[in-house]
Amino acid sequence: MTLPPSVTPAAKIAMDEIPVLQHPVAAAADLGMGTPSARTPSSTKRLSHVKERFIEALLFLAAFSSVAITVGIVGTLLYESSSFFTHVSLKEFLTGTLWTPLFASPRFGILPLVTGTLITTAVALAVALPIGTVVAIYLSEFAPSYVREIIKPALELLSAVPTVVYGYFALQFMSPLLQKVLPGLPTFNMLSAGVVMGIMIIPYVSSLSEDAMRAVPMSLREGAYAMGANRIITALKVVYPAALSGIVASYILAISRAIGETMIVAIAAGMQPNLTLDPREPAATITAFIVQVSLGDLPHGSIGYQSIFAAGVTLFIMTLIFNILGYILRKRFREVY
Amino acid sequence: MSDFKRIIAKRKRQDFVFNIVGIVCTLVGIATLGALLGDLLMDGLTRLNWTFLTSFPSRFAERAGILSSWVGTLLIMLVTAFAAVPLGVGAGIYLEEYARKNWLTNLIEINIANLAGVPSIIYGLMALGLLVYQFKLGQSVLTGGLTLAFLILPIVIVATREALRTIPQGIREAAYALGSTKWQVVRHHLLPYSLGGTMTGIIIALSRAIGETAPLITIGALTFIAFLPPLPLKTQPPFLSLEWLWSPFSVLPIQMFNWVSRPDQNFVVNAAGAGLVLIVVTLLLNAIAILIRYRVRKRIKW
Repeated sequence: MTLPPSVTPAAKIAMDEIPVLQHPVAAAADLGMGTPSARTPSSTKRLSHVKERFIEALLFLAAFSSVAITVGIVGTLLYESSSFFTHVSLKEFLTGTLWTPLFASPRFGILPLVTGTLITTAVALAVALPIGTVVAIYLSEFAPSYVREIIKPALELLSAVPTVVYGYFALQFMSPLLQKVLPGLPTFNMLSAGVVMGIMIIPYVSSLSEDAMRAVPMSLREGAYAMGANRIITALKVVYPAALSGIVASYILAISRAIGETMIVAIAAGMQPNLTLDPREPAATITAFIVQVSLGDLPHGSIGYQSIFAAGVTLFIMTLIFNILGYILRKRFREVY
Repeated sequence: MSDFKRIIAKRKRQDFVFNIVGIVCTLVGIATLGALLGDLLMDGLTRLNWTFLTSFPSRFAERAGILSSWVGTLLIMLVTAFAAVPLGVGAGIYLEEYARKNWLTNLIEINIANLAGVPSIIYGLMALGLLVYQFKLGQSVLTGGLTLAFLILPIVIVATREALRTIPQGIREAAYALGSTKWQVVRHHLLPYSLGGTMTGIIIALSRAIGETAPLITIGALTFIAFLPPLPLKTQPPFLSLEWLWSPFSVLPIQMFNWVSRPDQNFVVNAAGAGLVLIVVTLLLNAIAILIRYRVRKRIKW
């Protein structure tokens, strides 16, 4: 069969299938349904209908497995931490200022872990949000397209580097570097962990924000230029506000990443729960605590074992709030254009 | 008139200044990537040799190697790919091609968006409570592989859907017009044409799984493994053995974490060596993914 060169691959394959479709017997053989001679056209049709429904059911199950995973996560967290909360009151958990679940006289106040998490997150955001936003504006409004084509994937490599390697980098490179600027900084501190974490999440902010800004219609920019605005004024006063919900969604994704980040803080921020607001001090985050407990050999069902699930629930709820916020904002951002 | 010129000059200057600021900020990211690679190379390159790749971990830093951990990483990835690819691609096809707009589809979509934002360590807690203790799978290669498969499932689903979405509606209609059933359309047209995009997503997802440490530590993966899992091939029939699925394991990032937290500087050098192997594999996978994406984009013109 000779085809004109303009025929699409789909049409070409479809044309190849014509003879098959003209002969039901061959069609049955093609569908792999036993000896063709026993099949009449109508039973072939019925069988292929059954096969179609069966495949659809399989695909549905695959899609539904994601719901099963969520049920598994929520169920496990609730089940394991419910026995924790029969030993420890919610009030002590939320307001206690000491977290020593593995000591002889254990205390279960989650606050030191929460402050550790919030301080490292705040440091990371102080690095990632300004830099990420400027990079996004630069790539979307200033950079020539060939620069963008190279820089964007290169920056995305930042989020592809394994976090344990970042932990090494924070401890062996960033800490000594910061110690030169801030004498007296301990080797393990929240500052260097937070800074490295911030650099890691730059691409989350820059890529998504850039996508949002590029989705802003060109006519808005042209309007601003016609009024005599230069590029930077257009970017800050027209494009940035127009893309705001997408940009904020990227900020929220960054926050949720920073809260859940584990290995950098486990390696470089120290593992000692410490109720402080000073980023120069070492402290444990919620995630670092879970890692620390998992490294030891805790018996299944002990209070120490249950305490990591209680910490996990806290972490899950914190990230869930931000995820839902981000989801709503992304929905809105999609509807605008 | 001179006012006018001054204003123009000022605005041009503003643009110029921001251009510089933008380049500097972009370079911060690139420079960090460079510093990180340089740091690892300086510390770890001396340690990287054949003995390091073929030795078990040891109490003595000079004799310690990463044999059991890179074999572990390989086996875990095998399980992860076997579980995540069919589930993720299947789910993507269902949501993009089959799903009707109803509350159930909506639920699944919101659920996937949310799963993508769940911290990886939470997956580890789930696997610890559910797979290790409820389903009694133990702290095995199987548990580790499934945990990471759950973790990357949203990435595979989203990549599959995006690849399917780029195929014009006309292709589907042409195939239907010639009498294809839905599955024939998917099997003969949509899957082959979306293969590039899907492959890119799968490779990116696997490269992320290779570096994941926290969930595997949480399920209690041992850090000192001085043996290899049983071989998958046997000399007697049935020649294939799945015993390795039940074996305890170590992986590269866990081995690196173990070494980096020791005070002895010699072990830190080992950590850099392991990190170097890890980062080379990750960057290589990402480069392959970028290459596939680039070639697909260039080749396909609907």
